[in-house]
Amino acid sequence: MSIEMSQVEHVAELARLQLSREELERLSTQLGRILTYMEEVNAADTGGVPGTASVVGDANVLREDEVQPSLSQDQALSNAPEAVDGLFQVPQIISDR
Amino acid sequence: MSLVKCTLKELQDRFTRGDVSAVEIVRSYFLRISVVESKVKAYITLNDKESMLSQAEALDHALSAWRKTEPMMAMPIAVKDNICTEGLPTTCGSRILGGFVPPYSATAVAALRLQQYFLIGKTNLDEFGMGSSTEYSAFGASRNPWNLSHVPGGSSGGSAAAVAADECVAALGTDTGGSIRQPAACCGVVGLKPTYGRVSRYGLIAFASSLDQIGPITKDVMDAALMLNVLAGHDARDSTSADASVPDFTRVFKKKDVKKLKIGVPLEFFAEGLDEEVYDAVGEALAVLEDLGGTMEEVSLPHTGAAVATYYIVATAEASSNLARYDGVKYGFRTKESPGLPEMYRATRQEGFGPEVKRRIMLGTYALSSGYYDAYYAKAQAVRTLIREDFDRVFRDVDLLVTPVMPTPAFQLGEKIEDPLQMYLSDLYTISASLAGIPAISLPCGFSRKGLPIGMQILGRPFEEDVVLRAARAYELATDWRKKRPRIR
Amino acid sequence: MTFETVIGLEVHAQLRTQSKMFCGCATEFGLPANTRTCPVCLGLPGALPVVNKRAVEMAIRTGLALNCTVRTTNQFARKNYFYPDLPKGYQISQYDRPICEHGWLELQANGTSKKVRIRRAHLEEDAGKNIHADAGSLVDLNRAGTPLIEIVTEPDMRSADEVVSYLKSLRDVLMYIGVCDGNMEQGSLRCEPNLSLRPAGSGELGTKVELKNINSFKFVKDAIEYEIKRQTKVLSEGGTICQETRLWDIERNQTAVMRSKEEAHDYRYFPDPDLVPLVISEEWIEELRATIQELPKDRHRRFLQDYGLPDYDACVLTSSRALADYFEACVALFAEPKLISNFVMSELLRELPQAGTTVESSPVSPERLVGLLQLVHDGTISLKVAKEIFPELFAGDKSAAQLVEEKGLRQLSDEGELQSLIDAVIDQHPAQVAQYRGGKETVLGFLVGQAMKRSGGKANPQKVNALFKTRLSP
Repeated sequence: MSIEMSQVEHVAELARLQLSREELERLSTQLGRILTYMEEVNAADTGGVPGTASVVGDANVLREDEVQPSLSQDQALSNAPEAVDGLFQVPQIISDR
Repeated sequence: MSLVKCTLKELQDRFTRGDVSAVEIVRSYFLRISVVESKVKAYITLNDKESMLSQAEALDHALSAWRKTEPMMAMPIAVKDNICTEGLPTTCGSRILGGFVPPYSATAVAALRLQQYFLIGKTNLDEFGMGSSTEYSAFGASRNPWNLSHVPGGSSGGSAAAVAADECVAALGTDTGGSIRQPAACCGVVGLKPTYGRVSRYGLIAFASSLDQIGPITKDVMDAALMLNVLAGHDARDSTSADASVPDFTRVFKKKDVKKLKIGVPLEFFAEGLDEEVYDAVGEALAVLEDLGGTMEEVSLPHTGAAVATYYIVATAEASSNLARYDGVKYGFRTKESPGLPEMYRATRQEGFGPEVKRRIMLGTYALSSGYYDAYYAKAQAVRTLIREDFDRVFRDVDLLVTPVMPTPAFQLGEKIEDPLQMYLSDLYTISASLAGIPAISLPCGFSRKGLPIGMQILGRPFEEDVVLRAARAYELATDWRKKRPRIR
Repeated sequence: MTFETVIGLEVHAQLRTQSKMFCGCATEFGLPANTRTCPVCLGLPGALPVVNKRAVEMAIRTGLALNCTVRTTNQFARKNYFYPDLPKGYQISQYDRPICEHGWLELQANGTSKKVRIRRAHLEEDAGKNIHADAGSLVDLNRAGTPLIEIVTEPDMRSADEVVSYLKSLRDVLMYIGVCDGNMEQGSLRCEPNLSLRPAGSGELGTKVELKNINSFKFVKDAIEYEIKRQTKVLSEGGTICQETRLWDIERNQTAVMRSKEEAHDYRYFPDPDLVPLVISEEWIEELRATIQELPKDRHRRFLQDYGLPDYDACVLTSSRALADYFEACVALFAEPKLISNFVMSELLRELPQAGTTVESSPVSPERLVGLLQLVHDGTISLKVAKEIFPELFAGDKSAAQLVEEKGLRQLSDEGELQSLIDAVIDQHPAQVAQYRGGKETVLGFLVGQAMKRSGGKANPQKVNALFKTRLSP
């Protein structure tokens, strides 16, 4: 199985990775090989088998609606690459969500 | 006996009796580290020696007035660097977390701290736990103390190497697809992956949330039980944490045999691709267990062949989402200058992540993307159900399963780094237990002709760590493997 | 060609919990930036979410109030996209297993009522806030993680008026059951219409456009009407509509493209492995159903039937839960609904805004109001006097009876006293008495007026009237 270059580029954009041309090419080959191996999953007959998203058997793990102390503004921003006036600062948002 | 050669149990006993002081412990371990760390490279961050010494002095002083100790008091323990430690940098072995100092500690770390343990340092790992050799760390590879040209395994390679090289008395590792068990086997130490949910994941930096577990890496099985006693328990801050009762895991060690235990030998784990030396060593271990009173039975886990593929789809899909938060906005690394936000995102993540992490993010993003979700992610989830059902079925019949940990002893540095798929396939024997969420221990069962350790794996039913530990301890006491120590050169 | 407008609506409502959806940070507003965050809502590595029970209960109650089916098993999913106000790089939401489905809500427009089908209502967490500045964008994460319920309708609405009516009904319901404060300007309630046009009579749906940035009822109407005109023009000129998201521009009163379908995201939803499923039992649903207060429409209907109120009164009194509660508290003390209704609408609702307060904190309790109206009803004072002293009742803490006593406003109703009053008037005005006896009945008004004058306005006019008639009858 091979994976097309445009597909690799699309996935890189979804993942917000600015891959170099060389990396894109290498990944195209590697992902192709890995995905071929992933076809192993198709050997199993999963008709009518529900998926396992988690092995935890519990449900309804809930907390009461109680307020707990928050971090201080300084703590919240202590790791920020850039902050100004108590806010995280990022470059101008050009495109939108 | 030199202090650093002690097991956790021995050191606890000596400290409790007052035979050694906290200051002596800290001094001994820092001396040992100063001798071997430059060769082993187990740590990313070492705690500050002077501040630890003053901590130790204060502890000794307090104890001179009133001698009341806790099991982990003054025990020099290393923590894998993907577990948050308040005030001490936590890197995940990644450039992208450069400069990050967590404002909080993981629940597992808090439990140790409550008993006044000594956090000696943060150990090396494959970036975000993605790898089987620590070669994918942004801080360079750790070495196997038994042979410095070989890998210590991964991703908890730093923790396993630190324990094997006596650079700490015990360590925390994390296991997503074998990351505790495989490096333990490579380094000739004991690694326990508890049942999923047994130990809180709060503060463990996620790789694949439905698979990640914290567990101990120790010098012997007794120590693993002592560590689990402190780590296990329900945590209200982790919704997937189990509300199961926590026994004293050392209590089962009163029994020094495996009488009345049925031990399953899954055929699929002894098939093609298994190194002959490993095959023989595990085979001999089975004979020892039989001598100890176990009943052997061949069993089959028919979906084992699909486990690696299933794992790499599920784990990378979850990882692609878990690693989205590293975007240069709130913490960690940000690229130098960008004209706008989209460029900042792309460049930050491009420069901040290493090649294996990027490969897995790409793979996981692909597996979840529109048009491929059903063929990959949904399919893998269904196969995961079948793999769990395989285990449910055999565990109706047998109490434990015994398998190899990895197909070969530790490989050489650089041997597999260019071939990701070969690297993935080396996780073959550890992955199934991760997918099923069951407990599994790795312990030494021999050495290769080249002098590298070989590990065996014992798997049990969910929340039956005590049964797993009992068999492992009985085997350990019946053999001498744990007494062999590496000579680091 | 004439076109039919087809509109569906997505509404995000903030749930009025004390703490956030997945952590214990408070949900207060207007605080200094980034002072209500913790490792969980900052998306710090290693932090994990735990579901707020009250948010789940509010979602279930919303579903019940909107006639939805509550799903027995539902699941949180991750919606993956990058944005600075989204700390984890994904939003915890619900995807293929939402908590509520298949409901409806009735709207009133152009004199008719109509059911709008509700496709689903699901729980999710809010994002933070981006502030656009010259030097770049700034991010405040206080709001990140606030619980939201997203309520999605089928494309059942046909005009801006219908949308506004639906939105008002929805807001009433959410406020009534106490799950949302309904404040559109502050963003507690946000709506995103999906709008398309199709040739009248056609059964197929046209290409839809999603409208955003609408934060008042007026903008809802303006934006939809603008968009209907714009699309009508494009289609009438033979053009085609692009599937896109458009923002309502408040300055220019028009919609503008925000992003087109080509840029649409692939959100890669998958079950959140950090959270376990919610399993909602029949008992839990019934327990919550019992806590839902009567909805505005049902209460309106009951006010008409049980209290015999005119439609107008019932509308006014059920416009807020607090007012309806106040009214019913009065009626429970004193079974004169129409008298109470009139007085509440004319007097209380005038004084409250003047005093800058609301019915919740009315200085006149139902007990004190009823105390006043009982004096009117038993003839102690006239309605006119009651209205005159109401501002004093409102401003102080005396009871109506006390005020009436102190001011000597009690009506003169004692027959003996009234008789002597009447005798005096008859003696003084023999000519008018003769005229009345001669058949000129209108003179009675004059005589009663004289008696009132003599009493200083305290005589009970009905009684004076009756006594004159008896005295002067042949």
